[in-house]
Amino acid sequence: MTSSVLPSNVAAPATATPANKQASAKSAAWRRRLPLLPALIFTIVVTQIPFVLTVVYSFQSWNLVRPGSRHFVWLQNYVDVFVDSQFRTALLNTVLLTVFSVLVSMLLGLGLALLLDRKMIGRGVVRTLLITPFLILPAAGALLWKTTMFDPTYGLLNFVFGGNTDWLAEWPLTSVIAQIVWQWTPFMMLLILAGLQSQSKEVLEAAQVDGANRWRTFASITLPQLSRYLQLATLLGAIYIVNSFDAIFLMTQGGPGTASTNLPFYIYQRAFQGFDIGQSSAMGVVVVILTMIVATFALRLMFRTFSVTGGVK
Amino acid sequence: MTTVDTATPRHAAAPVPRKRKRRIGPISLSALTWVIAILFVFPLIWMVLTSFKQEADAYTDPPKLVFGPTLDQFAGVIDRGFLPYLANSAFVTVLVVLIVLIFAIPAAYALSIAPVKGTTNALGFFLSTKMLPIVAAIIPLYVISQNLKLLDNVWALVILYTSMNLPLAIWMMRSFFLEVPTEMMEAARVDGANLPTLLYKIILPVVAPGIAATALICVIFSWTEFFYAVNLTAARAGTVPVFLVGFITSEGLYWAQLAAAALLASLPVMIVGWIAQNHLVRGLSMGAVK
Amino acid sequence: MRKALTLFLVAALLGVAGCAGAGAVGAGGRTLVVAIVANPQMQDAISLSGQFERDTGITLRFVTLPENQARAKITASVATGGGEFDVVMISNYETPQWAKNGWLENLEPYLKESQGYDENDFIPSIRTSLSYQDSLYAVPFYGESSFLAYRKDLFDAAGLTMPAHPTWQEVAGFAAKLDDDAKDVAGICLRGKPGWGESLAPFTTVANTFGASWFDEDWNARLNTPEFKKAAQFYVDLVREHGEVGASSAGFSECGTRYGQGQAAMWYDATVMAGTNEDESSSKIVGKSGYVAAPVEQTRSSGWLYTWALAMPKVTQDKQGAWEFMKWMTDKQFVKSVGTEFGWNRVPPGCRASTYDIPEYTEAAKAYAQPTLDAINEATQQNAMAHPVPYPGIQFVGIPEFQDLGTRVSQQLSAAIAGQITVDEALAQSQEYADTVGQAYRETR
Repeated sequence: MTSSVLPSNVAAPATATPANKQASAKSAAWRRRLPLLPALIFTIVVTQIPFVLTVVYSFQSWNLVRPGSRHFVWLQNYVDVFVDSQFRTALLNTVLLTVFSVLVSMLLGLGLALLLDRKMIGRGVVRTLLITPFLILPAAGALLWKTTMFDPTYGLLNFVFGGNTDWLAEWPLTSVIAQIVWQWTPFMMLLILAGLQSQSKEVLEAAQVDGANRWRTFASITLPQLSRYLQLATLLGAIYIVNSFDAIFLMTQGGPGTASTNLPFYIYQRAFQGFDIGQSSAMGVVVVILTMIVATFALRLMFRTFSVTGGVK
Repeated sequence: MTTVDTATPRHAAAPVPRKRKRRIGPISLSALTWVIAILFVFPLIWMVLTSFKQEADAYTDPPKLVFGPTLDQFAGVIDRGFLPYLANSAFVTVLVVLIVLIFAIPAAYALSIAPVKGTTNALGFFLSTKMLPIVAAIIPLYVISQNLKLLDNVWALVILYTSMNLPLAIWMMRSFFLEVPTEMMEAARVDGANLPTLLYKIILPVVAPGIAATALICVIFSWTEFFYAVNLTAARAGTVPVFLVGFITSEGLYWAQLAAAALLASLPVMIVGWIAQNHLVRGLSMGAVK
Repeated sequence: MRKALTLFLVAALLGVAGCAGAGAVGAGGRTLVVAIVANPQMQDAISLSGQFERDTGITLRFVTLPENQARAKITASVATGGGEFDVVMISNYETPQWAKNGWLENLEPYLKESQGYDENDFIPSIRTSLSYQDSLYAVPFYGESSFLAYRKDLFDAAGLTMPAHPTWQEVAGFAAKLDDDAKDVAGICLRGKPGWGESLAPFTTVANTFGASWFDEDWNARLNTPEFKKAAQFYVDLVREHGEVGASSAGFSECGTRYGQGQAAMWYDATVMAGTNEDESSSKIVGKSGYVAAPVEQTRSSGWLYTWALAMPKVTQDKQGAWEFMKWMTDKQFVKSVGTEFGWNRVPPGCRASTYDIPEYTEAAKAYAQPTLDAINEATQQNAMAHPVPYPGIQFVGIPEFQDLGTRVSQQLSAAIAGQITVDEALAQSQEYADTVGQAYRETR
């Protein structure tokens, strides 16, 4: 990834640090890299080896339950992926799911963080309460929503709103989005809260003294300050939500039909029902490539829209 | 940068209460917050209620608020051998958080305060490792684990979860490192501080809440990870999610038991969250002033 | 302070839990790892397993997972020779295929040396379904077929009588009459949840008895035949008009809940449902149900055949120990132990004929014991199907591709039940899937 628009508002003069006095510039650069190396090497080893293996498998036709059928077919699996209409449906569903889940949970998280960014009675308790949906196992959360909220007969939603709506059958993707938003809003809230509470109080007071009302303060001071955290929250949230699996697996099994199948679930079906290792590996590789393309564009767009100009704090 | 008087000793200044003379009074806003919070976690409250029910009471239309409570479900959960799974999860989680922090803090430092050439490339690389759906990698991982004799071994989980959480931790820590005001560091450097002192005395106190937040999120992700745990462990190295999922039966009623198990399973993380949260607050209110 | 606390926690946990993963906990004796599915009958076995451990000195470790996960994990492990499990619980779907692949241990030699185990006691249809080339490769733990449960009280109130061998048209008529939206009682409960083992099980039996089949003897896919269409239309219409709410995501559990809470007048499903229906701790309609044979149209019977059984992967090291366990969990003594310990309603049904000779059992299971036994005895392809087919299995197609094919088709069916597509559209798509599979078999014949 070669996007070079990451704002780096920290200038680090290479000459001033005493440790570099006697070393040449090159070894200085290496010493600066040193802290990064353990993490980098570990990550490379643990993630790239399986990835390479996945790519190798993607060139094979290999069905786990038909022994003796394993052989190289090179790009055939990839062709099959693009011809597969269900893959396209899953792709569309994944995009819809991710975009809406991230947007809604971020807006909710922002709202909640703003509400919590004040002194109030029992603030700690409220904050703990609000984080909790993120702390329970996603599997438990999905089952919780399926049995207590969405169930057409015994669910709370129908109890409150009346009617017999079978939420998971009539609104499968929306239901899944609702569950994911519920689970992820605390994450967004936490990050944004950290950002809000790292605001400089003097600046806020200065603005108040200057006569700015709350909205102006929010728009001109808080929001730009928050932009870094919003970007981070969006990016991380998106990466995780794209990979959502538990909710769909436990609530709708991708159905009805393929209405709520997303890419991870579809890959799971290929790998663990069809036991078609070649096909599912090829799909995984395609997903990586697609995600990288989208992420590059998204990062560029985000940084351009929310760029922190001149370090406004 | 605003023209705030940087000579004011930071830790000595008491946080000035921000008075809000708004139309919505502070009390009603607090009340609103409480109401929203309760509504938001209502499904969870329901789950807690359900864990005290008998199975028949858990599936009723209309949903029952009043019922005869019982501790049977909890007893049943513990009887099913919950504790070894709990121990495994605790072991994995603690190790993963430690290792992640040990790796991520220097890495984030190298990518923010003292940036190296190719920072964006490194960041992008870390992020890209999260793009392969874990479902697609499971067979290769299974085969590798088999060959390394790491099947049904907690160390496989430790290694995997560390690699899964590192990118997140690095990105988060980097954000918090970028908040450290340059003047502070310049001043310290000018005073002749070397790297360790710089780290411990200046930077760490400022990013402490960030570390707490990162650690908390790593704890959550390691504790609740389900897919790898189910597929790479069997009898010995099973973690809490594996135990939980064993309650889902295709031929019987299980919701009350599952609720009880889910409650017990989430309790440790909730306690950790509560503790980390306090530190977060303390750290934020101390180090927030710039 | 926080650092010190963390370090302390680490030290404590390392001490306590460190052995948990890296090495085996426990005395240096024999250990067996058993992979089983999370069903109530298996839970009872786990509860009693202490007895086995005491008698043999072998330590047992159970890995319990829901059916989908258990299947996937066990298959991956056995297919790649992973060796995590010494004993696995599989069904009559996998057994012949895996035996053919050479992944399972042939149990005949072990049977020969086990006096008193009496493998001839196993119900013949069950035994055949777990055999390959006349050798047994898995021993059944419990077996099931399918039948129809109906609420005798609701029938009486409406002045209806259920015949001993109903047809599907009759059943549809009853469902229409008993469907009561006001009281929230569905005429009939039928599975609609996607899954080759969920909605496809009852549906395929309906298709069978309407004279249809998945493939003909030349491996042509037959999902676009008039008989298959008629069966599909019938099933979908019945569920949509008189079936339960939320049918398209209702599997065994969901239907069981509805029926057990008194919200359905009839329920066509596995014979093991009777255990749940008659269980006082979870059912509100204990003693109110009658059980009759699976409805038919053109065939003699229609019930399916399914069994959960224990098998030994070839890579198991302690084969003798594994056999000891498999023997223990499936012999006559075990049946008696469950009966006396937990109640005769919880005895693993449908695999040993001798179980049905135990007076306490036939007394406790009065309502459903005989219908269950009859259904299983009758469950053969000859009885349940109108034409011969080139594959084993009544409610499934016993080929490896079926897990995938079946699930995809069931998703189409479920979408039709949800009203998102028409039956014709569902079948057109399903035919395509099936044809791809059939083609592979036509080519390799």
